Amino acid sequence: MNTGIPVIKTVDLNLFYGDFHALKDVNIEVTGNRITSIIGPSGCGKSTLLRVFNRINDTIEGVSVKGKAYFEKTDIYHHSCDIDLLRRKVGMVFQRPNPFPLSVYENVAFGLRVHNQAGGAELDGIVEESLRSVLLWNELKDRLDDSALDLSLEQKQRLCVARLVAVKPDVILLDEPCSTLDPMATMKIEELMVELKKKYTIIIVTHNMQQAARVSDDTGFMLLGELIEFGKTSAIFTSPEKKETEDYITGRFG
Amino acid sequence: MTRHFEEELNELKERLLYMGSLVEAMIQYSIKILVERKEELAKDIKKHEEDVNHIQVEIDEICLKLLALYQPTAGDLRFITSAMKINSDLERMGDQAVNIAENSLDLLKEPPLKPLIDLPKMADIVKNMVKDCLDAFVSKDPELAGKVLQTDDQVDKFKDDIFKELLVYMSQDSNNISRAMDLILVSRNLERVGDHATNIAEDVIFMVSGKDIRHHLLETKE
Repeated sequence: MNTGIPVIKTVDLNLFYGDFHALKDVNIEVTGNRITSIIGPSGCGKSTLLRVFNRINDTIEGVSVKGKAYFEKTDIYHHSCDIDLLRRKVGMVFQRPNPFPLSVYENVAFGLRVHNQAGGAELDGIVEESLRSVLLWNELKDRLDDSALDLSLEQKQRLCVARLVAVKPDVILLDEPCSTLDPMATMKIEELMVELKKKYTIIIVTHNMQQAARVSDDTGFMLLGELIEFGKTSAIFTSPEKKETEDYITGRFG
Repeated sequence: MTRHFEEELNELKERLLYMGSLVEAMIQYSIKILVERKEELAKDIKKHEEDVNHIQVEIDEICLKLLALYQPTAGDLRFITSAMKINSDLERMGDQAVNIAENSLDLLKEPPLKPLIDLPKMADIVKNMVKDCLDAFVSKDPELAGKVLQTDDQVDKFKDDIFKELLVYMSQDSNNISRAMDLILVSRNLERVGDHATNIAEDVIFMVSGKDIRHHLLETKE
């Protein structure tokens, strides 16, 4: 729910991969029930920033962090932070759809079983509700026992979102969610994002600037590890304040 | 490396400037018909008007194509949307020049009502506004555009003064009415040309800075 306090916030956040300074003094505040996009050239740190929010970066060796990152009131990098809970509340969808080699039903039920959140009829209900929320139910209700690997790419990506939604997250992180999809499938995923923001806070990293312009409410532009500019998408794409932003979005960068 | 897109933007700018030069000439000629009684310039105005109409359609086509094919953003987007607006302002200016020429041709059929004093001064100011707003567009100069905005008040004052003066002529002798009306219409059309130059100046300021200053929007925002 939008309570006025930022759902995700960083304060002078710095991140290093060994000696490499990947994020430099990033200060960002992401508001609830909005779609926030992070754009920037390859290697600018946008995926790294996204991966801070649910500490997926922890899986990479040699990562160190200075500064603060918060999910609501939780200090993400404090030793007391419950990482399993954080990852349930802040879920992630990746570039390539990555369903488990299980049935459609079991993919959606997976998180609930792991977290012991539901069973039996209740589980059936949540699976149905989750598939409905990603507009897959009508397509797949008679194929729940089929392998998820037999779905189309776009259906797989939706299924991955359904898998997240099932464990009732607050924030959905999407890392290039449409880069392997064709334009029609991309459009469907974009429609889905707009639908999902009523309930969730969505942060998307994308190379596709038109996608950022189409779907997001706020946009951040990153360059060489710094957050150069952050503001309303409509302002960033019509009258950006920083020359670097202008150069990048008009294709004059580099 | 020059990108294809930038070449097309430059081409758009060139077309717009060429159109601007035609419109400037039309205004110049229309005033000359009146002040120097050069009837023969009416032909040139007619020719220019056809060209201007043709270019107006062409510029809109270029802009639509650029928007559809490149989905421009930021400065490029502001440039193209401004170009579309400047395009229609220029075309309207051309129409005003045609109106001025028609009124002037009517006036040439009779002896002058009075020596023309204010009208040529007003015409000079308006011609400069047109030149300045186009120069501001070329050089992306918001200060020059601001100067155009300030000049508009002088033009409005001329229009009012000319109207009052000619009202006296009309009330003195009904034979003056037709010629006085033509002169009033000329000043009215010149004033409209000034308004279009003002619009262009506002578009230039938006194009360069991203700030919309129309209708004093800035005073009410924030």
